[in-house]
Amino acid sequence: MFPFLRLGPFLLQLPGLALLAGVWVGSSLADKEATRLKLKPGAISNLIFYALVAGIVGARLGYAARYLSTYLANPLALLALTPATLFPLAGMVTGVAVAVLFGRRKRLPLRPTLDALAPALAAFLVGSGMANILSGDAFGSPTNVPWAIYLWDENRHPSQVYETLAALLVFAVEWKQPLGRPGAGVNFLLVVALSAAARVSLEAFRGDSLIWPGGFRAAQVVGLVVMAASWRLMQSWNQPGLARPRLGLPRQEAEAP
Amino acid sequence: MMAPSARLMTAVLALGGVWTFLSRVPPSATTGGAPPPSPREGFSAPDFTLDLLGGGQLTLSDLRGKPVLVNLWASWCPPCRAEMPSIEKVYQAFQSQGLVVLGVNTTFQDSESDVAAFVEEFGLTFPILLDREGGVSRRYQMRGLPSTFFIDRQGVIRTVVIGGPMSEAVIQSKVEELLRQGG
Repeated sequence: MFPFLRLGPFLLQLPGLALLAGVWVGSSLADKEATRLKLKPGAISNLIFYALVAGIVGARLGYAARYLSTYLANPLALLALTPATLFPLAGMVTGVAVAVLFGRRKRLPLRPTLDALAPALAAFLVGSGMANILSGDAFGSPTNVPWAIYLWDENRHPSQVYETLAALLVFAVEWKQPLGRPGAGVNFLLVVALSAAARVSLEAFRGDSLIWPGGFRAAQVVGLVVMAASWRLMQSWNQPGLARPRLGLPRQEAEAP
Repeated sequence: MMAPSARLMTAVLALGGVWTFLSRVPPSATTGGAPPPSPREGFSAPDFTLDLLGGGQLTLSDLRGKPVLVNLWASWCPPCRAEMPSIEKVYQAFQSQGLVVLGVNTTFQDSESDVAAFVEEFGLTFPILLDREGGVSRRYQMRGLPSTFFIDRQGVIRTVVIGGPMSEAVIQSKVEELLRQGG
């Protein structure tokens, strides 16, 4: 684990850099895929950029809303660089909402847009795995297997390595696009389904799982639901000849030849 | 190539369901139980006993049941100087609700006379502890100054902030989070 790098007076947070690298590589790949799918040049990287900025702003505002009087008394604290004062769920909701609004405004077709985003999502998950390797987050459960790593005062499963390898595998599968039909949205769904399958498989080796009543690991249950939903959508979107609706157009207009 | 067949996907989902069932654990098997000591979020704060500036000793585990803010600092560190008035202000505001602030000076890379002058300059009223040998800094894997650990009533670290200066709003919101957790 190597969470920080000191460069003179600056303390670089390497996990953050790994995430940024994932976003940057993903954004570049998404733009290439968008060109291949004949989407507007630059539209996908702009969508990613606006969603990310909105996500960060939303996460900070969501956090501030929970401590409203404190932040009203000191509004400049909204600009603090501390990642500890973000509310991830609010950030995710805001980011997705802005992405949808941007897509509607630019009249981006839903399924080709999702397929263009598929390599970005796969690359981001690899970056996220690398970030966890650097920070030691998402750590494994204690174990005596020969490949255990000594982390946080115990021998543990190298869960961060498992998850990075799984993310690389998902990326490789996405690259090959084994389901074909580029632009139908199924490649995006494949990335989501495979990532959910990886979560279901590997969560069992985590030492920081959120446990639900009955001893079930929350991430595994959610992963199963996501897998089932992705498969259901994949079935419905993979039918040949099915029209591809646009986000910004009425259905009749979108289905017109 | 077509999407995976219904039979294959049903088998995969069933396998996932069985694996999910088999990998159930009691909450104590993960950090939902009593976590081991380590200087990171979700783990118990490593215990220490240090001399106090002005005499006496203080042990972190004696404060169990109270929310604790541990701030590692040095008198020569500019962000430490910048955030110390905010820490003092929050301490004054929440002391009556049980908040304990411990200012752990990294004395092994500072001087006790400079520490005393610093405390007087900023009018600090919370306990100042002297890490003369660097043992606490090592146990808390100090990588940058200041480093701040927000510890809940059960002795579990809830937030770590490396670097600074933290604004008063950041400190206050984190303290409010600890106080809300009750106990």
